[in-house]
Amino acid sequence: MFAALADATRRDIVTRVLQQEASVSVLARNYDMSFAAVQKHVAVLERAQLVSKERRGREQIVRGDVGTVRAAARLLGHLEELWRSRIDRLEQVLDELSGGDPSCPSSAPRPTPSS
Amino acid sequence: MPVVSTTPDTQQLTLTLVADLAAPPSRVWQLWTDPRQLERWWGPPTWPATFTEHDVAVDGSSRYFMTGPNGEKAHGWWRFVAIDEPRSLEFEDGFSDESGTPSPDMPVIRARVDLAESGDGTRMTVVSRFDTGEQMQQLLEMGMAEGFTEAMGQIDDLLLTKV
Repeated sequence: MFAALADATRRDIVTRVLQQEASVSVLARNYDMSFAAVQKHVAVLERAQLVSKERRGREQIVRGDVGTVRAAARLLGHLEELWRSRIDRLEQVLDELSGGDPSCPSSAPRPTPSS
Repeated sequence: MPVVSTTPDTQQLTLTLVADLAAPPSRVWQLWTDPRQLERWWGPPTWPATFTEHDVAVDGSSRYFMTGPNGEKAHGWWRFVAIDEPRSLEFEDGFSDESGTPSPDMPVIRARVDLAESGDGTRMTVVSRFDTGEQMQQLLEMGMAEGFTEAMGQIDDLLLTKV
């Protein structure tokens, strides 16, 4: 899924079709590349289940798959949790070292920049 | 709460975190650069970090390991990309084997930290970026997600008992 998103054009395609479905030919007008190249990008996205494609008459309509994009968001959410917990701990260290007993500097040795 | 905002970007595969801290940038800088202070907050309670090397200089590197509940060790490295004391630092964070040699097949996260003076305190912005989406998925599939959740529960417990 993320490999599919690693390419800037594909990310752009996903962003567009999440907002509004579009045919491959309409999408292709946005990029400086051939219709076939855009079609290939769409195929990669389709395999990653980030978009779905549907034939409507002579057009192929591409639509974003909200569920998969949400899954990507969930993964980032875990990273978010990690950082929130780090900030909590970091604050605790700040509190202890700065708010602690100033008459006891040995509990908070000043680091030397060269160490 | 010190965390002002967290902004995940699923398209760019970044997470931006903004936090307001009650200490000047020079003080917050030490939390990143003094290994003894850094290891008190970098790893979750169940996997505390120990930094055995922390060379805060451009191209300088760090070595650390995190010790799990059963004594197992996970080794990691940092490489500093940019340093502007006490305003910003940027580094890569990855996995390594026991000797500290970076594991080439393992994911690397690039983190940029900005410390801006804000009243008496510091507004800290951390942007975490995955080089590729595959790396990000790999990292999370390795069970880190479970570790995070566990750590979160422990912190909640700590905060409850503290009050």
